Amino acid sequence: MLLLIPLIPFVGFLVNASFGRRLSKAASGAIACGVMIASFVLSLAAVVQLVRVSPLASALVARVFTWITSGDFSVGFTLRLDSLASVMILVITGIGSLIHIYSTAYMHEETDSEFARYFSYLNLFAAFMLVLVLGSNFLVMFVGWEGVGLCSYLLVGFWFRKKSAADAGKKAFIVNRVGDFGFILGVLMVFLRFGSLDFQEVARSASALSPETTFGAVSLMTLLLFIGATGKSAQIPLYVWLPDAMEGPTPVSALIHAATMVTAGVYMIGRNAVLFSHAPQTLTIVAIIGAATALMAGTIGLVQNDIKRVLAYSTVSQLGYMFLAMGVGAFASGIFHLYTHAFFKALLFLGSGAVIHALGGEQDMRRMGGLKNALPITYWTFVIGAVAISGVPGFAGFFSKDEILARTFASGHRVLWIVGLFTALLTAVYMFRVVFLTFHGPRAPEPARPEHPEEEEPAAHASHAGPSHASHLHDAPPAMAFALIALAIGSVVAGYAGLGGRFEHFLAPSFGVETGGVVFEGVSEGVLTGASIVTAFLGIAIAAWYFLQHRSSADALARRFSGVHRLLTNKYYVDEIYDAAIVQPIHIVSEEGLWQIVDVKMIDGAVNGVADTVGGGSAILRRLQTGSVRAYAASLFAGVVLILGFYLWR
Amino acid sequence: MPSINDYLVLSAILFAIGTAGVFVRRNLITILLSIEIMLNAVNLTFVAFGRAFGAPEGQIIVFFVMTVAAAEAAVGLAIVIGLFRHRESLDPDTFTSLKW
Repeated sequence: MLLLIPLIPFVGFLVNASFGRRLSKAASGAIACGVMIASFVLSLAAVVQLVRVSPLASALVARVFTWITSGDFSVGFTLRLDSLASVMILVITGIGSLIHIYSTAYMHEETDSEFARYFSYLNLFAAFMLVLVLGSNFLVMFVGWEGVGLCSYLLVGFWFRKKSAADAGKKAFIVNRVGDFGFILGVLMVFLRFGSLDFQEVARSASALSPETTFGAVSLMTLLLFIGATGKSAQIPLYVWLPDAMEGPTPVSALIHAATMVTAGVYMIGRNAVLFSHAPQTLTIVAIIGAATALMAGTIGLVQNDIKRVLAYSTVSQLGYMFLAMGVGAFASGIFHLYTHAFFKALLFLGSGAVIHALGGEQDMRRMGGLKNALPITYWTFVIGAVAISGVPGFAGFFSKDEILARTFASGHRVLWIVGLFTALLTAVYMFRVVFLTFHGPRAPEPARPEHPEEEEPAAHASHAGPSHASHLHDAPPAMAFALIALAIGSVVAGYAGLGGRFEHFLAPSFGVETGGVVFEGVSEGVLTGASIVTAFLGIAIAAWYFLQHRSSADALARRFSGVHRLLTNKYYVDEIYDAAIVQPIHIVSEEGLWQIVDVKMIDGAVNGVADTVGGGSAILRRLQTGSVRAYAASLFAGVVLILGFYLWR
Repeated sequence: MPSINDYLVLSAILFAIGTAGVFVRRNLITILLSIEIMLNAVNLTFVAFGRAFGAPEGQIIVFFVMTVAAAEAAVGLAIVIGLFRHRESLDPDTFTSLKW
């Protein structure tokens, strides 16, 4: 049964990839959604079986086949479902299904074959992600790990005829390769140190060790694994691909940001909780990187004008929270935030997709505004998502974020706690900035022509309420509305799963680490929670003050701190720095060194040199071909005389 | 009664004359004639040896050589005529189209 969970979406991929050209949109959409829902139902059944039949400590294991056997080393293609994996597969298939359903409406303007291609990628993405979380050893995980990297490339560059989209796809792939390199090295080190790639065995071997006080082998391997995680999960220094990944279709962003891909790094650390908890120094690095990423991305998110970019930086920031949680040893809290974040981030992305869809491809918030009445479903669901991510009590984000902050505080990292709290404030501000700029205020003047030619085909909106003209805004069509409402409900209720530590208790056997009771020194948990709540409302109030009522003062503020504003608008010039520090040198070395010297001079030189030698030699030798019959006869005669003479006078 | 050596000397002289003719003369027909002389010099050797050793093969092979020489003369003259029609010349030194 476990095998079927990733296999069914894979079959969907095969069908849509092979016959998609001949299928109608309804058929290929139905296949893609059907396989995802089937996978979701199977996942539910598997989780129910896990919870009911097995005692808490065990897991469902399906050994599909033995993959590699070499001496006493053996790696099986084995799937393993424990509580951690069960959370992940429910998120992937559940939210994935909703995104598939939403996509049937969102991508309706594509041609039949493009539509099928899109859904085949989407299915493949889900299949690889399921392999990643279900794999019971590093190698199977790595298959999924690389697979989602491939799919992100395919989907981010889905509109590959647009150069920026093709570039973004390449960027996503290449940046991920850098991280994957670290991951491979980490896996090799794990194998060298423990002689096994199975998560269970590695954890068992690692738990026999005492935590490293100095930076040793375990610290190094966990650090290498973490580098892999920074690539997949968009942390400093490898987060740069994620904002650019906005070039893909919006549901893809939702899928990458919420259900799949970026959660892989967090999941991987959670999966190796035992290993990581034996490397306290790596954990400190993880926590610091997480907090720094959260803060950095949060500040960038404050000033971006592209609605999807704000959400992208918000994802980076929230992933920073997850890593912060992992870093302070609160593995369950990190996974809990991953789980709640999946709901509201998918919701926010799909909501922004509905806005973009309604405006015929407009993504710039400065040209939006006043959409509240025109798009009621989108508006209300988006607000729920924003409230949830801001950490307003009662909504999903509050529970998980508060827990992370509390754990950070309890672990003694006071500075990181302050950074986290400040980022929470930033989160509330930038999310409500989006809400106010997009849905409130005056209706912006007629938007410029959309940037996505794919989204402005004349027949595009025939199936919807009206034409795409901005004055005839239409709210989300049924398929999109369904996904939005379902996710909105999830964004409200998902957090209650964590009440009273139930979520943590459920996950505990997967981590195999005693996280221990939370000890609060001097400050009670109530005070911390109070601080979180105040922060959230303060952030919303700031956003309301600047972006709802006094927009001019926001501009004035931007002018007053124009240096800071420019720094943030240009994303701390990180792309430029990377370009100057890495891309350009590689470019120069490739062009001046590898091309002009190695390729042109050495390789071409060797090839041409051989040809030139032969040519030169024949230029000399051809002078023998005088064309004179008598000369030939003379040489013939001379030859005969020489040979005869040789034999006669020998 | 001439000894075999006398025949061989004569044959060598004839062969040298033929060779010299091939090298020296500038007329294709003369060159063909010189080649015939060389062939006959060889024929003479064959016959001389055949007689000296009482072996009939020496006589037989001469007939083959003569047949081939006749065919060669026919083909050679045909080529010479063809060349002359094209080039209005029989000097082999002017036929250098195959030169580099």
